[in-house]
Amino acid sequence: MQEPYKIEHRLAAIRPVGLRDLLAAAWAIFIKDLRSELRTRYALNALVLFAASAAVAVSLGVGFIGLRRSEEYLLIQSALLWIALLFAALNGLSRGFVYEEETRTMAALRLAAPPIAVYLGKLLFNLALLVLLGTVTSLLFIVLVRIEVGSPLAFTLVLSAGGFCLATATTILAAIIARASFKSALFAVLAFPLLVPPLIVAIQATALTLDTAGMALALPAIRTLMAYAVAMFVASLMLFRFVWEA
Amino acid sequence: MMDIRLIAHDLAASYGARTVFSGVSLEICHGEVLVVSGANGSGKSTFLRLLAGLQQATAGSVVYHYADRDWLPRDACPLIGWVAPDLALYRELTARENLRFFAEVRRLHLSDADINDLLEQLGLGGRGDDRLSAYSSGMAQRLRYAYALIHRPPVLLLDEPTVTLDVRGAEVVDQVIARQRRDGIVVVATNDPRELRYADLLLELGR
Repeated sequence: MQEPYKIEHRLAAIRPVGLRDLLAAAWAIFIKDLRSELRTRYALNALVLFAASAAVAVSLGVGFIGLRRSEEYLLIQSALLWIALLFAALNGLSRGFVYEEETRTMAALRLAAPPIAVYLGKLLFNLALLVLLGTVTSLLFIVLVRIEVGSPLAFTLVLSAGGFCLATATTILAAIIARASFKSALFAVLAFPLLVPPLIVAIQATALTLDTAGMALALPAIRTLMAYAVAMFVASLMLFRFVWEA
Repeated sequence: MMDIRLIAHDLAASYGARTVFSGVSLEICHGEVLVVSGANGSGKSTFLRLLAGLQQATAGSVVYHYADRDWLPRDACPLIGWVAPDLALYRELTARENLRFFAEVRRLHLSDADINDLLEQLGLGGRGDDRLSAYSSGMAQRLRYAYALIHRPPVLLLDEPTVTLDVRGAEVVDQVIARQRRDGIVVVATNDPRELRYADLLLELGR
């Protein structure tokens, strides 16, 4: 048998992992997940169908009630939007890790990729899914539930900050539950205490952005959501290796 | 070329209350092949998973000595190539995409020619652009070897190395093991008496 590759490959594999290496590996994992997803539609269909059915159900249920545009009305619209986002996220965002476990590719990935790169790659993928989910759900709610956005910029920022919270929390939770027997139930149970606090903030902030007062009132909430997301991100980075190698 | 040494001391593995094996101590030096044999359930695959860092030992330790430092199994991923029946690659990707992905996360820069060469060596020439979902079990086994060898590891762990392979595939395994003797160490877990011929050292579990 001839030498099929070079000895430099072995040396490259054992040199210390730098930040650039981690980011490059995380990007490779993100692209791999994206490519797999586009071919299997494993999470995409679940997310979009869930968001669409939620928007249609809400529009049929409350669209014709004819409430006046009061503070309570905006809060109800905002809560419904975030409930749809939350349940779609719970339904779809755990699949990055669960799919690896179900298809038994976890060991191959564990042996090849640095743990932090795996976390970052999966987080990037969940963020991409959430951008799509947020866009689709918001558009459906605007069209079907007739949400009127008073401050589009503030609305987008609240949605992004809330989405970042959802992504950071669900990514680490998905890694924790991937090898459990009752994945869905465990995911919901663990997600509840982690996601309720940012969800309350996001609902109230979104209601503010539906009014014209918008940005100035929503800014403290956006800061709170970002702080929560960053704290969750840092904690996940520190914990992930133990979860991944357990 | 750097030499490698594997030292296992008083190694034990359990599943719940059942001890699979215990008190396994051994040393494997560069150029040696260890064959692990034993009945079904004797812990051959578990032993390999401990060496790969995919599972924690109940007791004892494993250390690789390589490049003037000691590596614990959980940090030794860059040193290890692992082939096993329960190793799965991404079925929705092609063989080439799989190898490119694993090369990228291992920080290797492989050209298309490198990947073609590797596939050719393993008898998968011309099938690199097929998705794994279209592969037979024997072809998937050959691709596992490509995955394991892509970073030219000094430690090659082979669990049932010729399972699902045809005669030509078994010859490829012979060549891989012969070359790995030069490059490092090999641990083979097998039930097949024909594969005992690879052994410089023999470990029989479950006795």
